[in-house]
Amino acid sequence: MTLADNTAEATWDAEEARRARARRTEDVARWLLPILVVLGTLFLWDRVVAWNDIPHYILPSPGRIWEQLIKDWDMLFASLKVTLWITIMALGVAVTGGVLLAILFNQSRFAELIFYPYAVILQVTPIVSIAPLIFIYVQEPTARVLICAWIVAFFPILSNTTLGLKSTDHNLRDLFTIYGASRWQKLIHLQLPSALPYFLGGLRIAGGLALIGAIVAEYVVGTGGAGSGLAFRILEASYRLNIPRMFAALFLIAVVGVVIFALTAMVSHFTLRKWHESAIRRET
Amino acid sequence: MADTVPHIPPLGQRPRLMQMQGIAKVFGGNVTALRNMNLTVNEGDFVSLLGPSGCGKSTALRLIAGLMTPTQGRILWEGGQSTGDLGVVFQEPTLMPWATVARNVCLPFRLRGKSFASVREDIEQALALVGLASFADAYPRELSGGMKMRVSIARALVTRPRLILMDEPFAALDEITRQKLNDDLLALKSRIGCTVIFVTHSVFESVFLSDRIVVMAARPGRVVEELTVTAPYPRGMDFRTSAEYAAHTHVVSKALLQAIGEPA
Repeated sequence: MTLADNTAEATWDAEEARRARARRTEDVARWLLPILVVLGTLFLWDRVVAWNDIPHYILPSPGRIWEQLIKDWDMLFASLKVTLWITIMALGVAVTGGVLLAILFNQSRFAELIFYPYAVILQVTPIVSIAPLIFIYVQEPTARVLICAWIVAFFPILSNTTLGLKSTDHNLRDLFTIYGASRWQKLIHLQLPSALPYFLGGLRIAGGLALIGAIVAEYVVGTGGAGSGLAFRILEASYRLNIPRMFAALFLIAVVGVVIFALTAMVSHFTLRKWHESAIRRET
Repeated sequence: MADTVPHIPPLGQRPRLMQMQGIAKVFGGNVTALRNMNLTVNEGDFVSLLGPSGCGKSTALRLIAGLMTPTQGRILWEGGQSTGDLGVVFQEPTLMPWATVARNVCLPFRLRGKSFASVREDIEQALALVGLASFADAYPRELSGGMKMRVSIARALVTRPRLILMDEPFAALDEITRQKLNDDLLALKSRIGCTVIFVTHSVFESVFLSDRIVVMAARPGRVVEELTVTAPYPRGMDFRTSAEYAAHTHVVSKALLQAIGEPA
């Protein structure tokens, strides 16, 4: 054994060991803690309902909600698909529209001066107050809800991407100019990659907002029938005082929200992990 | 692009590459950044623009790069200038963080519509020249400051441009890294025989690197003196500690002190 080997072994000191232990603990706690908290909450909820004899039409126990979910699964699942589909479409249109508008604004100062006020007006006017108008002018039920969800979701994409397209390194911009890059080359090879982290930040917000937009729109119209989403199921259940079903629908909406958030966060992580500060894990 | 050692004729016998004639740049109608600058750069020259901040040395570089147009005067290129026939190194490495080292070096080719695969060899050669052959697939964030600067230099020379512009490239690096990069830059220059205009505010750096030093003064930015460093290349540790080097730095320092208006 050489001297170098000895020192290599000796560098694993008490502090390093403590750090490794802390890291392992954190890795486990990251998953275990939230699960424990949720289980604890459910248990407490169940006990409160049982001890106080609360009737299910006021506050159903978690078990009761679960039973209702199983019982109404076919109907709720059909509604879930509707809501999910609207949300995904709205998000898709918001991404396409938001990014294209941002590029247009970036390429033409005049386009920005002309259209930006409209974007802001659409953003600051509450969707609840615009929705009834949309329902007067648009006949197709899916299109109505889609438009509402889109209006809510597209602004964060637009404003974040616009900011990102402007946030290129000025030296890199000069370099592109020196190498005789065309406007198009600058956009593709410099501005769009620079804007990516900003866009993904906008996408995370827009994902949640698209769901909110879809739910709110349905609430405002209350379109019934076979093609109705989860929000309508909640309304309908509340009219019938079917509180367990309200909770079951609510539970599904929350699940959709969490899944959308997780998906957008994952997309963001895997796109940026190689190079962007936000996705790089640092040794502490 | 075989690696034959190019022969650079002595000063005074080199073919002319570029000429600045009576160049002036005025900002906002009243701030004179540069006044009546005349400079001829020949093929194979290593010219340093040396001066205090505000002397217009970076402005001169931006004018040569075509990022600005002069208020007065003109810049003449021997045989006409084709767009992008320049290499540039800024004070910051200015790499694209989303691209690997090889893709960063590929940029000048990419912007001329050449595919990565078709210039792979040139990229590998450029990276080998700066000593980063094994880092082609690394991302900039994985590299140290000095290594990032090497990538930036590789990108500047990968197309073998007629002229390489360097704007205080090593100013932000620590002394040890700077010396190493100065040594490597000279080794590189003698291998590929490029022409360099190097902006700096360090007397020592300018004497060590260049065969011509243009001393500039501020308010208004102007050229006050042109000096030559006659010591032959290659220069290394021996030159850095020689009496000749000391004598040159003395002369240049004196010129610089006069330029900033203080008694030598």
